[in-house]
Amino acid sequence: MSDLRELYQEVIMDHNRSPRNYGSLEDANRTAEGFNPLCGDQLQVYLYVNNDAIIEEVRFEGKGCAISTASASIMTETLRGRSAEDAERYFQAFCALATGDGETFDQNLDLGKLEVLNGVREYPARVKCATLAWHTLRAALRGDKTPVKTE
Amino acid sequence: MGVPTSVSSSAAPGLDLDAIRNDFPVLHQQVHGHPLVYLDNGASAQKPEAVIQMIADYYCKDHANVHRGVHTLSQRATDRYEGVRGKVRDFIHAESTNEIVYVRGTTEAINLVASSYGQAFVGPEDEVLVTEMEHHSNIVPWQLLCERTNATLKVVPFDDRGELILDRYRDILNERTRIVAITQVSNALGTINPVRDMIAMAHDAGAVVLVDGAQAVPHMSVDVTALDCDFYAFSGHKLYGPTGIGVLYGRESLLDAMPPWQGGGEMIMQVRFDGTEYNELPYKFEAGTPDIAGVVGLGAAIDYVAGLGLDLIDEHEQQLLAYATARAAEQSGMRVIGTASDKAAILSFELDGIHPHDVGTVLDHEGIAVRTGHHCAMPVMEHFGVPATVRASFGLYNTHAEIDRLFGAIDKAQELFGQ
Ligand SMILES: Cc1ncc(COP(=O)(O)O)c(C=O)c1O
Repeated sequence: MSDLRELYQEVIMDHNRSPRNYGSLEDANRTAEGFNPLCGDQLQVYLYVNNDAIIEEVRFEGKGCAISTASASIMTETLRGRSAEDAERYFQAFCALATGDGETFDQNLDLGKLEVLNGVREYPARVKCATLAWHTLRAALRGDKTPVKTE
Repeated sequence: MGVPTSVSSSAAPGLDLDAIRNDFPVLHQQVHGHPLVYLDNGASAQKPEAVIQMIADYYCKDHANVHRGVHTLSQRATDRYEGVRGKVRDFIHAESTNEIVYVRGTTEAINLVASSYGQAFVGPEDEVLVTEMEHHSNIVPWQLLCERTNATLKVVPFDDRGELILDRYRDILNERTRIVAITQVSNALGTINPVRDMIAMAHDAGAVVLVDGAQAVPHMSVDVTALDCDFYAFSGHKLYGPTGIGVLYGRESLLDAMPPWQGGGEMIMQVRFDGTEYNELPYKFEAGTPDIAGVVGLGAAIDYVAGLGLDLIDEHEQQLLAYATARAAEQSGMRVIGTASDKAAILSFELDGIHPHDVGTVLDHEGIAVRTGHHCAMPVMEHFGVPATVRASFGLYNTHAEIDRLFGAIDKAQELFGQ
């Protein structure tokens, strides 16, 4: 059980129980849908990006496991107020963290709370749960119309 | 939380579980430091030594291509390949080996019928009928057929216990219904459908019936003649046999009337550029070099299961199901999905406040293999308003003690998630 706690850290449990920035965003100007066909998880990401390419608002909505819900929730906290360019750097860094791929890791970036999700690298079947929100965010920033799939 | 009820924990008389478990090498291993409990039989069952050895034996001694040579090995391979066809015929009580077509699995069997029979006998005004509880492999081939032919796909709903609503079935059947495609046992719910009555009703309406037997053959004895079905499909790998091999049973008169599906070697009598003459049944539907080793392994699996006796297997699994169901009823925060009165050994459930995926990870940590997800039956998930369920599906080698392990792990998941 003790090593399960490394995956399901208290911060993750907390964000799963009470996800931050949950719900739709009426004046969103970027949205995308993400879908994990393996487990049926589904998620929407809503963004309001201003003229200076700053993410002023970011919210999410959907059904998912503790890992995907917590990941989405922490992502929204991390990205609010950051530039779209920063978001891309965080995307790269987070994917490297989740897959345990140290090579592409950006040392200058403080991942903060996102670090609690590093336990998923021990669970290959769960990595996609952690990265679904991030892939969906990226699709929203790029204006992709087709839903994101994690397979 | 779950206190075991006074359900007997002894195996059915006649089924020696210790001996049976010794027949399955894969069961004897640790996963995450715990002895493996394999409860994902609905997805694919494990293989007894007899199957594994039979395949090795075939490759060590007798392999050659079938129906192709006068040499000794080719004859031996052909004998083994055709010998199994007779076993399959007897196993499902078909009348003739002409009615037994080897395919890759249930999915391919259904696609064969949808393509060949469907293309020849289904037209624009016609209807094809499936149920709301079908596996995607018994939905999508019919959707493709309907797209090609402009026929209409109709769906028989089920109620909240997971039983088909037969009055609705009766209403939907009509003289335009060409094909009814139903599963005998639902992989997501465990429901055993009254296919015999449903087949009779379909025949009264003039339709032919395909039964998806993927989840039925491992659990109960099947008699296609008594069922009077027109097509029956199943997969070897769910019957303790190899992957990559399955069977399509088809009524001889129908198979005769159907055009070939794939073209190639084996399925021809004479090839000329001004017209090719097709081979007789069942070879007309077996183009190309088949999975000979798979067939040989399937034969060993049938021998194994028939040797234990499907009645005893069924009795044992029903005891497991009853025990698991009773424990589930006592477990707080657990909802069983699929509560039909007639069920095969499948327990689909969800736990309050814990996503099935997380349950799956916790159970895996305890060495317990279950399936989590939509079980290739998304319409079933939609009916119950859940994205996914956890599914424990029992096989002939599972024990009451393993069900105790399952519930012990469920306790741990609930504890971890504070439920
Ligand atoms: C009811 C049912 N039908 C069809 C299938 C498809 O079987 P296969 O993947 O072996 O072709 C399955 C297997 O998951 C099943 O459970």
